[in-house]
Amino acid sequence: MNAIAAAGYLESLLAGQPHLPAASPALGWINELRAEAVDRVGELTVPSLRDEDWRFTDISQLTRLSFQRAQALTPLLPADIERFHIAEASNRLVFVDGLYAPRLSSIAADSGVVVTHLTEGGAEHAALIEAHLGRHANFGNNVFAALNTAFLQDAALILVPRNTTVSGPLHVLFIATQAGVASYPRCLLVAETGSAVTLIEDYVALQEAAYFTDAVTEISVADDAQVSHVRVQREGTQGFHIANCAVSLARASRYHSVSVALGARLSRYNLNVLQTGEGAECSVDGLALIASRQLADTHTYIDHARPFGISRQLHKCIVGGAAHAVFNGKIMVRPGAQRTDSAQSSRNLLLSDKAYIDTQPQLEIFADDVKCTHGATVGQLDNEEVFYLTSRGLSDDVARKLLTYAFGAEIIERIPVASLRQQLAQTVLAQTSGQP
Amino acid sequence: MIYQDSRTLLEVRGLRATVSGIEILKGLDFTVNSGEVHAIMGPNGSGKSTFAKVLAGHPAYTVTGGTVSFMGRNLFDLAPEERARAGVFLAFQYPIEIPGVANSQFLRLAYNTLQAQRGKDELDPLEFDDFVREKMKLLEMNPDFLDRSVNEGFSGGEKKRNEILQMAILEPRLAILDETDSGLDIDALRIVSQGVNQLANPESATVLVTHYQRLLNYIVPDFVHVMEAGRIIKTGGKELALELETRGYDWVGAEHLEQEAAGRVAA
Repeated sequence: MNAIAAAGYLESLLAGQPHLPAASPALGWINELRAEAVDRVGELTVPSLRDEDWRFTDISQLTRLSFQRAQALTPLLPADIERFHIAEASNRLVFVDGLYAPRLSSIAADSGVVVTHLTEGGAEHAALIEAHLGRHANFGNNVFAALNTAFLQDAALILVPRNTTVSGPLHVLFIATQAGVASYPRCLLVAETGSAVTLIEDYVALQEAAYFTDAVTEISVADDAQVSHVRVQREGTQGFHIANCAVSLARASRYHSVSVALGARLSRYNLNVLQTGEGAECSVDGLALIASRQLADTHTYIDHARPFGISRQLHKCIVGGAAHAVFNGKIMVRPGAQRTDSAQSSRNLLLSDKAYIDTQPQLEIFADDVKCTHGATVGQLDNEEVFYLTSRGLSDDVARKLLTYAFGAEIIERIPVASLRQQLAQTVLAQTSGQP
Repeated sequence: MIYQDSRTLLEVRGLRATVSGIEILKGLDFTVNSGEVHAIMGPNGSGKSTFAKVLAGHPAYTVTGGTVSFMGRNLFDLAPEERARAGVFLAFQYPIEIPGVANSQFLRLAYNTLQAQRGKDELDPLEFDDFVREKMKLLEMNPDFLDRSVNEGFSGGEKKRNEILQMAILEPRLAILDETDSGLDIDALRIVSQGVNQLANPESATVLVTHYQRLLNYIVPDFVHVMEAGRIIKTGGKELALELETRGYDWVGAEHLEQEAAGRVAA
């Protein structure tokens, strides 16, 4: 794509932006943040294969199409979204095509946590929001984060006060219903000192035409706090999904993330985890299960900036059809981040001759007293395992599907919400059974 | 047990097989009738485990000659899963670990596949749970093993018990136990052997592939065969195992060479 076409593309996306209502007076700075982001979009270009960060992911099929922000909320009934229901969830925030849907949302009054969205509950928590919103996900060099910020309006806000443990998981559900729509989901989770919470970020579709999701999530985990973050990308087959998540970990905090990418024609997930305090701990696990002509790209960046940090990462891709998976996992150990303990593993299963995977584990270590391991494998199913199952009467086909399922199940099993685990296990089973 | 009205289950004639281009089985003859227990013994590298895997249809082995008929059918016409459904069962020397597949799920899938093949009713998870727990008692297995991934993190003895549990569930006509005794302590050996003995019946047969006579104290064979260099070179009764235990294998090989030489002179 040449620069002119790219600029035109961004302009067309921005066309809906000036119609956003001004933020409430208490949040007046948000208008400035948006304006700054609009300027930044004007200066940046759409990434191409020439950019190091995008060299395996060609987004020209996205930039050839034009998308507009949704103008009206699609009326949905609770029955329409019942199948996405997560029984254990204490609170549910629902956004339809990027717009907040209060009638589909259910917020527990007394769960001790503040669950709201920017236009409703923003003013009351202005100081806290100002300290975090737009502060973790930097858009200076990221055109998609800048676009999302330019459209900042209906954000999901989750504020967990000091020493509060939220009993059930919080479910933030983003539903795509309209063709040709660009939506800009935004989440902010602030877990204050000593608190604990589980967040489920869930992207689904009720239609199969092309649309574009450009999401940004920011998570701040204060001293001794703990956040479990489950991310499920089950967009429609013609959806485009580009998402940035920035996590900031203070002293002795813990962050456990499981992200599952099943849907979308093209998806890209950037997860940046920054350990800003000593002894922070994170696990960052992922599964991409794709087929036909899907592309799923996961870029993770775990930044050990302080001593005694721990990180664990297991990323798996199951690639069938003529699909293409990309994984780039960078572990940074900064000078002074002594006693960092990091282990990363990328394991990949190719189910067909046309499927391919680009995997790139990267370690950059600038401290001398650390323990860091990483490894990557790409392979087919193990013939000994297939034989074992067929020797018990299972057909070759069933044996292969079961083993493929099992490969993915290792990640699914790490999701700390039983009903979601079962839902996804069924999906994975159905999807691995349908592999060409 | 040898029965008067038994039928031939397995008939192997002149079987030759290679792995990675190297011939391991070099003209093997072997017959099993229903109700019988056979032990195949022999030194390392004689081809015992290869024979077991060839019968089960392991894809790494290529059959280059000879015939094998199983209950009147050409075994080599059947894929591994078809052999299993026809009643061939191999208890693996090294059972495979399959992380992510629950043992209960695997066992039920295998059981129901065979039930469907036999025209019988499949069991739902609850019914199967009752059924499998009964079978587990036979092997003194903890029901917790149902919830764990297939063989993952099982000790050597637990894996072997899990193999015999599969045999108990699938009720094969021909069970081939490949070094099932290796790695078992004396208690596990007793339990596993009791399980095998209780599963024996006049319709089916058992072939024990083993290194040591020890197992044969618990599962008493009707025939003992000595394998060397890809062929069975001697067959005797259960007393042959004791003789092998005290005298080793060398004398069998020497005796065989003499017989062959005599055979050539006679010819």
